[in-house]
Amino acid sequence: VKACYNRALPLLAFFLLTGCAGWQSALDAHGASAISIKQLIILIVLACSVVWMLVMMALIAALRRGRTEQHWPKLDSRHERGMSGIVIAATVVTTVVIGGFTVASFFTTRALSAAGPDDLTIRVGGSQWWWNVEYVDPQPERSFRTANEIHIPVGRNVRFQLEGDDVIHSFWVPSLAGKQDLIPGRPNELSIRAEHEGVYRGQCAEFCGLQHAHMAFLVIADSQDAFNSWADAQRQSAVAASDAEAAAGHDAFLAKACASCHTIRGTSASGTTGPDLTHVGSRKYIAAGLFETSRGSLAAWIADPQTLKPGNNMPMVPLTADELRSISAYMANLK
Amino acid sequence: MRINLVLVAFAMTLVSCQREERDLRLDPPLSAALDKVALMSNGIAGAPPEAYFALDRPYESNAYDLSQGKRLYSWFGCKSCHGDGQGGIGPSFLDGWWYYGPEMVSIFASIRDGRPHGMPAFRDKMTTEQIWQLAGYVQTIGAYSAKTAAPGRDDDKQTRPAENRAPAAKLFDQGPKPVHLDQGPTP
Repeated sequence: VKACYNRALPLLAFFLLTGCAGWQSALDAHGASAISIKQLIILIVLACSVVWMLVMMALIAALRRGRTEQHWPKLDSRHERGMSGIVIAATVVTTVVIGGFTVASFFTTRALSAAGPDDLTIRVGGSQWWWNVEYVDPQPERSFRTANEIHIPVGRNVRFQLEGDDVIHSFWVPSLAGKQDLIPGRPNELSIRAEHEGVYRGQCAEFCGLQHAHMAFLVIADSQDAFNSWADAQRQSAVAASDAEAAAGHDAFLAKACASCHTIRGTSASGTTGPDLTHVGSRKYIAAGLFETSRGSLAAWIADPQTLKPGNNMPMVPLTADELRSISAYMANLK
Repeated sequence: MRINLVLVAFAMTLVSCQREERDLRLDPPLSAALDKVALMSNGIAGAPPEAYFALDRPYESNAYDLSQGKRLYSWFGCKSCHGDGQGGIGPSFLDGWWYYGPEMVSIFASIRDGRPHGMPAFRDKMTTEQIWQLAGYVQTIGAYSAKTAAPGRDDDKQTRPAENRAPAAKLFDQGPKPVHLDQGPTP
């Protein structure tokens, strides 16, 4: 049994510590507000640990004292006054610690809401079960729409306007900021500033139905130059089909039910019920973090979305093998 | 005796664990079979395919299918002509009068193939299953008799009776003063 413990304990410690790193962890903070929240968590955990140790030490000391009559506390007035002194001191220390926590969380909350002037506004709509992302620009022709993948410039304040399109969802990128709910009919706002470049995973954090667990997204923090070139590429209409197969896919896409829910800018497909597919091939994942983008995963998804993500709102459109092959080639081509 | 009663009560509570089945994935052959409705030559009324009865007519009575129909109603722009069901450019669904009859097959055919005077065909825009779901929802809006299943509620303004309230029933109620002067006793 002991050998078993000896092996299990390091393993357990390993599993606990792996929770501290990775691209989706509040303890691996890379955003301004996530860093302040992490500092607050560490402060409170450390202070509480110290208090817990002191209480436990006092308890152990009390338990280990002898139980014979000579060790009993003497109940004369001098000793009683001593004991009241200890009680008063403990009460004062408790008040100071809790007061300190209150002040610390006040300053943290203030740091979260005072983000300064915004450099960029992004409107995020939560739907069952994907994220609709709109980059809002004062010049309407520079606004554009994408899905499930948000690029932001590093070191800039980005204002997210969040609203649910059907039920309540919650926008949560643990490495960058705290949670904020997306509520139908009531826009919420969240300011994020990424301090380091990187790819951060986000996840819906409010149960929103059958596929709540498959409602992930990526936030990619780039340098300002890389962000600008990405945004310019996203503003473009879809690239023309590069070969005959992709061209056939383009025609099949427009002839079938696909075009009534999806938009591909530069073609007649202009549905807004599903994600914008203008640059779907350039995104890292499809179906809100379900698969990495590849021609194979696109084909599998189109062929049978209800088996891969049961209950989602993409129907199984009857396609011939040739149509499926050409549409997946066209989708992968949309970089 | 008492123990039997307790057992029966326990069994009754287990019955409530059974929830309505949601068929999320319609098999392609079934979907193809559901497309083959037999319409009368004038495009009004007819018979649904065998598969429709084999599935136990889910699109009329399954709450999930009705809810999906409600979503499709707004996603596919039905509101732009039919409003919330009160009608507009297109006919109303609430007044109990159906140009092409109140049967599911007629509504299915109207959506799939379109109708004269502006109703477009959704054959290439929606799948067969979606058309059935939408037809079930449209029939529910103006139903003559109340259904036990209802689509999910939403936060929109309530502009008409709820879908499972059979709004058309009272229009055909003989009553002291009929709403439609030229109506018969029952539609």
